[in-house]
Amino acid sequence: MANVFTSIGDWVNERAPGMMPAYRKHMTEYYAPKNFNLWYYFGSLALLVLVNQIVTGIFLTMNYNPSAAGAFASVEYIMRDVEWGWLIRYMHSTGASLFFVVVLLHMFRGIMYGSYKKPRELVWLLGMLIFLVLMAEAFMGYVLPWGNMSFWGAKVIISLFGTIPVIGSTLVEWIMGDFLPADATLNRFFALHVIALPLVLLLLVVLHIAALHEVGSNNPDGVEIKKGPKGNRWDALKPADGIPFHPYYTVKDLVGVGFFLLIAAFIIFFAPTFGGWFLEHDNFIPANNLATPSHIKPVWYFTPFYAIVRMIPSFLGSAVWGVLAMFGAIAVLFALPWFDRGKVKSIRYRGTGFKVALGLFVVSFFMLGAVGAGITAEVIPAWFGNVDVTFWENLFGRVMTLIYFGFFAFLWAYTYFGWEKTKPVPERVTTHD
Amino acid sequence: MANEVVDHGRRRFLTATTAVVGGIGIVSAAVPFIKSWEPSARAKAAGAPVTQSLAKIEAGQLLIVSWRSLPVFVLNRTAAQLATLPQVDSRLVDPKSNGVSADQQPKYAQNEARSIKPEWLVIVGICTHLGCVPDFVPEIKPEPFDPEWKGGFYCPCHKSRYDLAGRVFNGVPAPKNLQVPPYHFIDDSTIQIGVDPKEAG
Repeated sequence: MANVFTSIGDWVNERAPGMMPAYRKHMTEYYAPKNFNLWYYFGSLALLVLVNQIVTGIFLTMNYNPSAAGAFASVEYIMRDVEWGWLIRYMHSTGASLFFVVVLLHMFRGIMYGSYKKPRELVWLLGMLIFLVLMAEAFMGYVLPWGNMSFWGAKVIISLFGTIPVIGSTLVEWIMGDFLPADATLNRFFALHVIALPLVLLLLVVLHIAALHEVGSNNPDGVEIKKGPKGNRWDALKPADGIPFHPYYTVKDLVGVGFFLLIAAFIIFFAPTFGGWFLEHDNFIPANNLATPSHIKPVWYFTPFYAIVRMIPSFLGSAVWGVLAMFGAIAVLFALPWFDRGKVKSIRYRGTGFKVALGLFVVSFFMLGAVGAGITAEVIPAWFGNVDVTFWENLFGRVMTLIYFGFFAFLWAYTYFGWEKTKPVPERVTTHD
Repeated sequence: MANEVVDHGRRRFLTATTAVVGGIGIVSAAVPFIKSWEPSARAKAAGAPVTQSLAKIEAGQLLIVSWRSLPVFVLNRTAAQLATLPQVDSRLVDPKSNGVSADQQPKYAQNEARSIKPEWLVIVGICTHLGCVPDFVPEIKPEPFDPEWKGGFYCPCHKSRYDLAGRVFNGVPAPKNLQVPPYHFIDDSTIQIGVDPKEAG
């Protein structure tokens, strides 16, 4: 038996001699720093969720009907009549939200440990592109059930392009293929959601990992193991502080997978709508083009950006400024490696200013989320009584928007003018033996 | 063959022309795909005018009529409601609808009440910010979103506010007044939305 496998292996290797070296480069001989901590689970978890989304998505398309007349009913059909359809759909909808949870944590890890810095700028840029495509993918997926929130969410997001001067209204009609979100819109969103964007997403993920494996992983100490001493148990020329990805990190990641699946299963089985955060209540009502839901809000992962749109008033007869600010909020993230001129990567050895600024940045992100989700509109009258809610909400939201953008401005000034007082960075990772 | 001198100028020319012709080809081939996203003939044909009787709309009542799948608000304004219009002028972006909102209504509705007959307001109920349908909040009483509220329209999406003539307030995301569609009175109690008075003869 063993001979059969060996001879099949030899047969393949003769005809595709590059395959085993590729496997070694990315798995058994990819030497990752040995001091990865909890924060390093989220990359592999994002990959796991991506696989879940693709597999459950394929099965959903088998019963879903992408037409304005049939979409809502077909989703209810999946939920009620298709054997295990409810589980497949809830795995998909919960997966979408958890995708953003793990991706946001993954990004925060990168900011905390300076993983976006030289030589990993390309890894960061590709990751940001993944984030952007993921947002488009999630938005279009949210439209597909054709509930009332799907419809109005689509209307609002597509109308963002209508604020562009001169070509705006034509562009909106072009995107919708009609004068309002309709059959044509739903059909093309379906095509983009199940074919076009997943292909782009997969390609970007491959490039993201390939770019990472070219330069090697960063670590919580932010030291380059490739510049440290050479020679480990497996290879005399490889970094002393590196361990092979397989089996060490594959096994470590399996622990993370187990824990993650426990949480995911709990949500899927006991709280699939997550109190209206993962699936909004208004989306259990069919789309109605004559009635906007009274409390329109996007799914939670869009709320911080949605709040920024809302906080910027129109100016010179145009509403484009809020839209520009929203896209700007993502653009500054893209440019993070160039805002931050500091040489020290990890937060462990960076100045207090960076730690405080990063903390405020995270707070502003959450608070903008609260504004976008309508929490502040409820909390302000409840806590402060009969006050001008719009005024105080706008003031609060605008301060948070300033802090969000201020983080990048501060980071640039802090590092460019050399105000940052860093601690000495160790020669090797701190937990080497 | 192998010892011939390479003419670099010729090679550059051929590379450039190949690239240009290929590029034009790709751009031309993309046109049908891009154009396929425009509203189809069927979608364009679905925009016929709508006739609506006003006989049963009581004073202060709002009726929503679907025209080109857009919600058109038909509001029978009371004298008290009309009297609130001049009171809010100072808080509006364009009270006379002759600035940024000059294109938001036909000439025959470019007046304080933004209508042909003052009591009958006919507007497209689509917020000029991002296209939501504003709520009709007619009561003259302090609202959480505006302590000096005189009645009007309030958009739930991004909190834009309009008065009872669909004129937008200062300091909200919406840039322009609500749009007045072309319409005319067939007789005293019937309107047709989608056709100008002069076209109807």
